[in-house]
Amino acid sequence: MASPEGIEALCSDMEVNHTDVRVLMLAWKMKAEKQGYFTLEEWQRGLKSLRADNVNKLKKALPELEKEVKRPSNFMDFYSYAFRYCLTEEKQKSVDIESVCELLDLVLGSQCRAQVDYFIEYLKVQTDYKVINMDQWMGFFRFCNEISFPDFNNYDPKLAWPLILDNFVDWMKEKQA
Amino acid sequence: MATMERKTIDLDQGWDYMKGGITKLKKILEGEPESPFSSEEYMMLYTTIYNMCTQKPPHDYSQQLYDRYREAFDEYITSTVLPSLREKHDEFMLRELVRRWANHKVMVRWLSRFFHYLDRYFIARRSLPALNEVGLSCFRDLVYGELKVKAKDAVIALIDKEREGDQIDRSLLKNVLGIFVEIGMGQMESEVDSGRFMSRLHAEECLKKERDRVSHYLHISSEPKLVEKVQNELLVVFATQLLEKEQSGCHALLQDDKVVDDLSRMYRLYHKIPKGLEPVANVFKQHITAEGTALVQQAEDAATNQAATAVGVQEQVLIRKIIELHDKYMEYVTHCFQNHTLFHKALKEAFEIFCNKTVGGCSSSELLATFCDNILKKGGSEKLSDEAIEETLEKVVKLLAYISDKDLFAEFYRKKLARRLLFDRSANDDHERSILTKLKQQCGGQFTSKMEGMVTDLTLARENQGNFEEYLGNNPIAHPGIDLSVTVLTTGFWPSYKSSDLNLPSEMVKCVEVFKGFYETKTKHRKLTWIYSLGQCNISGKFDQKTIELIVSTYQAATLLLFNASDRLSYSEIMTQLNLTHEDLVRLLHSLSCAKYKILIKEPNTKTISQNDYFEFNSKFTDRMRRIKIPLPPVDERRKIVEDVDKDRRYAIDAAIVRIMKSRKVLGHQQLVSECVEQLSRMFKPDIKAIKKRMEDLITRDYLERDKENPNMFRYLA
Repeated sequence: MASPEGIEALCSDMEVNHTDVRVLMLAWKMKAEKQGYFTLEEWQRGLKSLRADNVNKLKKALPELEKEVKRPSNFMDFYSYAFRYCLTEEKQKSVDIESVCELLDLVLGSQCRAQVDYFIEYLKVQTDYKVINMDQWMGFFRFCNEISFPDFNNYDPKLAWPLILDNFVDWMKEKQA
Repeated sequence: MATMERKTIDLDQGWDYMKGGITKLKKILEGEPESPFSSEEYMMLYTTIYNMCTQKPPHDYSQQLYDRYREAFDEYITSTVLPSLREKHDEFMLRELVRRWANHKVMVRWLSRFFHYLDRYFIARRSLPALNEVGLSCFRDLVYGELKVKAKDAVIALIDKEREGDQIDRSLLKNVLGIFVEIGMGQMESEVDSGRFMSRLHAEECLKKERDRVSHYLHISSEPKLVEKVQNELLVVFATQLLEKEQSGCHALLQDDKVVDDLSRMYRLYHKIPKGLEPVANVFKQHITAEGTALVQQAEDAATNQAATAVGVQEQVLIRKIIELHDKYMEYVTHCFQNHTLFHKALKEAFEIFCNKTVGGCSSSELLATFCDNILKKGGSEKLSDEAIEETLEKVVKLLAYISDKDLFAEFYRKKLARRLLFDRSANDDHERSILTKLKQQCGGQFTSKMEGMVTDLTLARENQGNFEEYLGNNPIAHPGIDLSVTVLTTGFWPSYKSSDLNLPSEMVKCVEVFKGFYETKTKHRKLTWIYSLGQCNISGKFDQKTIELIVSTYQAATLLLFNASDRLSYSEIMTQLNLTHEDLVRLLHSLSCAKYKILIKEPNTKTISQNDYFEFNSKFTDRMRRIKIPLPPVDERRKIVEDVDKDRRYAIDAAIVRIMKSRKVLGHQQLVSECVEQLSRMFKPDIKAIKKRMEDLITRDYLERDKENPNMFRYLA
């Protein structure tokens, strides 16, 4: 079982920052259950699927892994995995706002920079919610994919969008007026 | 947070890309054929700026980009905007100015969106002018700076033209003045004496212009639609004229027989035309709405002038006037419009619009409840005959049908009913029961069940008191030495009251014990919670001049009795001995030492209670009466009532959602919301956001889940 220290060591071997999103991608590939830890089984599973049997090969497999994650068929799964990975306590269903902001930036920032930036700004100033649940997390992903930004012409608050997104759109519209 | 390795963008390279976007924007503004910005284009531009600002030095170009942002405006204004303004004069120049200003605002909006990242960190950190400000100041410095004299002259010329009687484009003038206000230049206004100009505009607009009635030849053509249209036009105009012709104010209807005749005749005529009545019903509805809204506005204006926090006289007058309005227009519906459903509907919709407005900070629910309280309490409407009271109560209940927050009304009504019952302020038992019957008929049994329970409790309490006195008669040793009457209330029926931990004076402790003993002989399985805040007490005050009987609340009595044992007590001593909260104690002591009857002397002799005060029994107190009531003003309950109702609504929405989903299993979001609203509409109009919030909560609690395929569908989780 690799512990957080072990993972840090691994990261430095691969010359990757341990807060780098690729570490998360690796965890996804391994289907790791617990944040900060890799079991032997998960480790072996990951290495096998990346066709790597040493750290060097693992490092070389990273770009390929990135591409794989970004494939539309995989990305949604990765995105939801990222959230679950943060549910460290048993029966935990939500993640605090600050962690969500960091996670969004990490996972979605490169693809939807503008939406993520504005949404993070909003999350930090609003007071309705102190935590985000999975439904809201996935809702935001759908939002980035479907909704025209920054005009929100096709956004309809009467549909089943999570309330926090309704409030976000209202806030944006006020800002732009 | 590191992301993937990015390729460093060179300043010129990145700026070239941005220039592409700026050029596209300029083309759009100039009206050239150009497609609007797509989401992708916008995001690419935003991301380019973001990247250039977050690269590691020496490639972080925030400062350069900030400068180039301003330069982009300067360049555009100098090369394109100013030349186009310079070549035009007078009114044409003003038009061009208005156009260019509008364009400029659009340009600022879009460019500041692309460059937004600068606003978040670079600008904030260095306390520089925001992107918005920079953009606007470019226009101000370059355009306004150069043109203000010319513009002023052009404006004055236009005004003079109008004064000489020529037609001018007034909206253009308003727009130009608007620009100068926006740019923040007040000078233009004073220079141009716009005050005079504006008031003249206003005066002319106030003159009612005759509607141009073009008389057409009614071609009896084969164009039925045209004929229909013209008929409708005449109908609508005629109906409006008729309704406006009648005397304004709420006189009893049918005074103006001619109006009634005309309307009835019109109804008969147009009844035969398919859909002929709809425009008339519409005019009818608008007319009622306008009158009702005017009444509400009157009351609101009067209320703001009074600045009272309690429901004032004006608001009560409003309810009366609304009732009269309702009577009047209902007569129209029955007499002129033959009870046609269209007109009933028009009346209902009109009333629903203005009967839900707030006046002086009070909701209509509260106003109506207060109105009822005033009729039902002693000293309220004693001048009215029983019949008149019954009639009024009937009408009030009918009005309730138009109010959406019926649950709020119920709560206010219940609170006031409680006070009337407990402090024996109810004028007439029959009326109390009668209104409950009417409410039950209109709103259902559940609406009135608690209130009925309250009234029954009082009847039972009287019986019980008789039994208690018999018990005391049979057990003279148990007698507490004080006349005691106790009212036992059934918890669920009555509003919730805070029970306090008041330290009772010893005399009263015995009373409580004795009653407990008696009550246990009647039933074993009930728990008694004493609400001393609602109690009343008669105390003998042995003052120097004469003994006076004081009618006070239990709290006040407990306070006064402390002075049997001590001559002088401090605020803190009283607080410790009584064990009350600061809020209660301040109110209490104020009523005894700073109000009309000063039973206690306060040191220092100020008008408010402070925690450093000292109190003494005022033996010199006297009054010409032998018996006086010392009122304790009640705490303002409005906020608590609204909070309680909001809480109940949350439960009600939860229950409705679960009920609906349990039976449907799978349901689309919009349908769920609309069914929810319908189910709850008998008591209140639920806020859509509140429903969404409850759904979220139910999802977290695993009652519901969102369908995986269709995010607009929800499933019930057994």
